[in-house]
Amino acid sequence: MLRNQTMKSVGASLAALALSTLGVVSVLPGSPAGASSTYQSQHAGGTLKLLASTAGGTLDPQVNYTLQYWQLYQASYDGLVSFQKVSGAASFQVVPDLAVAMPKVTNAGKTYTFVLRKGIKFSNGKPVTVNDVLSSFQRLFKVSNPNSGSWYNVIVGGPACVTTPATCTLKGGVVLNAATNTITVKLLHPDAEFLDQLAVPFGSVLPASAPTKDSGSTPIPGTGAYQFKSYSPNTGIVMTRNPYFKVWSAAAQPQGYPNEIDMTFGATVESEVTAVQNGQADWVFDPLPADRLQQLSTKFAKQLNIHSLTADWYLPMNTNLAPFNNLKARQALNYAIDKNAAIKLFGGKLLAQPTCTILPPGFPGYVQSCAYNKGGSASYAGPDLAKAKALVAASGTKGTAVAIVVQNDPVNSAVGQYVQSVLNSIGYKATVKSLSANIQFTYIQNTKNKVQISLTQWYQDYPAASDFLKVLLSCAEFHPASDNSINIAGFCNKPLDTKMNTAETRELVNPTGANALWGQIDQQMMSKYAPWVPLFNPKQIDFISSRVGNYQFSRQFYMYVDQLWVK
Amino acid sequence: MAALGVVLLVVSACLLAPFYAHDIAHVDAFSSNLNGQIRLNGKWVSVLQANTQGLGLGVTPIGPTWHFSNYFLGADNQGRDVFTRLLYGGRATLLIGTTSAVICCLVAAVLGLAAGYFGGVIDWIISRVFDIVWAFPIYLLAISLSVILLTSGLNVGPIHIGAGSLLLPIIIIAAVFVPYVGRPLRGIVLSLKEREFVQAAIGSGASDWHIITREILPNVAPTIIVFLPLMVAFDMLTESALSFLSIGVQPPSASWGTIIQDGLGLLYTRPWVAIAPGLGLVLTAGALNVLGDGFRDAFDPKAKLRGSI
Repeated sequence: MLRNQTMKSVGASLAALALSTLGVVSVLPGSPAGASSTYQSQHAGGTLKLLASTAGGTLDPQVNYTLQYWQLYQASYDGLVSFQKVSGAASFQVVPDLAVAMPKVTNAGKTYTFVLRKGIKFSNGKPVTVNDVLSSFQRLFKVSNPNSGSWYNVIVGGPACVTTPATCTLKGGVVLNAATNTITVKLLHPDAEFLDQLAVPFGSVLPASAPTKDSGSTPIPGTGAYQFKSYSPNTGIVMTRNPYFKVWSAAAQPQGYPNEIDMTFGATVESEVTAVQNGQADWVFDPLPADRLQQLSTKFAKQLNIHSLTADWYLPMNTNLAPFNNLKARQALNYAIDKNAAIKLFGGKLLAQPTCTILPPGFPGYVQSCAYNKGGSASYAGPDLAKAKALVAASGTKGTAVAIVVQNDPVNSAVGQYVQSVLNSIGYKATVKSLSANIQFTYIQNTKNKVQISLTQWYQDYPAASDFLKVLLSCAEFHPASDNSINIAGFCNKPLDTKMNTAETRELVNPTGANALWGQIDQQMMSKYAPWVPLFNPKQIDFISSRVGNYQFSRQFYMYVDQLWVK
Repeated sequence: MAALGVVLLVVSACLLAPFYAHDIAHVDAFSSNLNGQIRLNGKWVSVLQANTQGLGLGVTPIGPTWHFSNYFLGADNQGRDVFTRLLYGGRATLLIGTTSAVICCLVAAVLGLAAGYFGGVIDWIISRVFDIVWAFPIYLLAISLSVILLTSGLNVGPIHIGAGSLLLPIIIIAAVFVPYVGRPLRGIVLSLKEREFVQAAIGSGASDWHIITREILPNVAPTIIVFLPLMVAFDMLTESALSFLSIGVQPPSASWGTIIQDGLGLLYTRPWVAIAPGLGLVLTAGALNVLGDGFRDAFDPKAKLRGSI
């Protein structure tokens, strides 16, 4: 996902899933440790003031695909399972949430049986029932969830729901037993990432009475510690405590600290930073302006929190359009780009690290390697312009006009200008086309726009190698003439596709072997085909006010907003 | 005279940009120089300097050195010499401002003369076109045209202008200002047409071409000449606004508007990147306005007399 659009996870959940597939009931009881293992009630209360320059779109948790609101949904909605609310790598672990325990997986990984907890109420006071769970599954299709056709269509009846959402029943796919409070979900085929996909906000359980269309700016009751009291895309969001919330699992949904959480829209990022400096607000959602970093890192160092992200900044090259339909041209640019120089434009080496692979460091399957590198070492050592120029000459593409399409914010524009300069230096005639962030991401996906090369970012939805390699570079994700063709490079290689399918299937029975295969695919992809120029893996900076305490960071959903103390 | 001197000074400095870049500063104003270093006070210094204090976050371009031949106004975020880009940017801004103003005044003169002299259907059509163009907020119209033309370029019959060409902002800016010059000219022509000397020419059987070129145009020309420097100033400001919004001059080319945009992200650390082209604009546009007033006073002493009463 894009940071301001969306997010995809494997890791520990795979192990649980593998056991489940073998017919073992995998139960991760209660909570190993919640976001705050011991709730400190003396810090409860107050109003947390968050700032964002713009709203993040619809408030509907089954439609919205932005990090901005996914961070808020952590405290307000629950699914049958969720990612564990703890700091560090354990935050990638899927734990039972509204389900009593992790599901019983039978039928060779095709049947998941959940037992719903009793006594949990929505913020409107109505109890959560198995019917709500069924209607929430159905609703994913009725509201045209962005991933209903790629994630949730694995449920029996899912393909029919994708075709005719209005009449979606998922008959035979989601089976209820009100007497035992169980929900049985049947899949068309085993899916190693199904639980990850249920643990993101799309998998939230909503009241059966929720509208069967995008709720827009009308809040839908949830089960989390907070409820959305009001939402105006022009002014902001107000969240207050859910009066019916009681902690059932601190690992899944811990009690929050502030009495109220406000997110205000409309200020510029510069003034947002100033507001936090002055203690008038507590946190800035937007990326911090580059010209404030020096001041912040010297005078407000204690208020900065920096974390590595499993994300890529990269240049997808259109493998079907000149000059980048030529492998040598793609390899040339990989040799020519100085990734450390690009990092300077992002804020310096403490805020990003150069990368040569598609999978980010620390991700399942990641193996450090660098196919296009000065000196040929496994870690990035710098560009090789001489090799790049020789490859351009050998490719016969010298002098070709190349347009690079970037977002028009300062950092993207600056990186775009740098790439333009590099393209010119190796023999192309480059121009930069800056587009609004609202349209650039769809523009570069549509083959009708004949985009040769672009600058974009991908942040994980959940920690699975397939979320980068298969989602971004498989034949199935390339849809010519569509705005929804996330394989921006238009790369399609059948043997590699087969290998990716093998790796995905292997995840169910042999996660280690699967990860090794994903690693091979990653290296093969870059060394033999080079559809991208991977630039760097960014880091997240959270700038919080001096009054805020208990900062905790999830690698899955970033800062836990509701765990901050303001008292 | 002082205003004319300022304009000439700015124009001369901007025309010398290539000489300054190649023979004095020895820099390339249009290529990124992220790893560049300069010799300053006997030491090699990076043009982009990593912060070494506190947490060490951020990279800041070098500030003004005040050494005329060496990053005089510092670097921008691509590590390029700001002063060199300022000179090149001035060339682009002045070129676009002047050319578009000349085109605008020529087109407006032709249309104003035709509408005012011939009247009837011709006047109705031209006046309605002026009304339609005038009905749009000037910047909204210019932005709309820029967004469309800068995406795909201009392709009309055999005419093909690429998306990055300077001709595009010239044409766009000239087009949106035509009614602002054309309407007053039409009014003047309408008035002149009723004057005795024009009626006498009509009565004596002179051709339309003769009347327009010999009787009316000489009386309209001073107004056009007064308009010209004012339109240059207007067009420069419009060009800068469009370039500031990324829909005018395209990178790596520079104009004062693009440099102000580059400086926007450096306001806290390197304010000179935005201030310098801003000063350039204020100085040049101000001088052009004074020059326009001077022309008016020279061509129409009565107006000066009326202004002093």
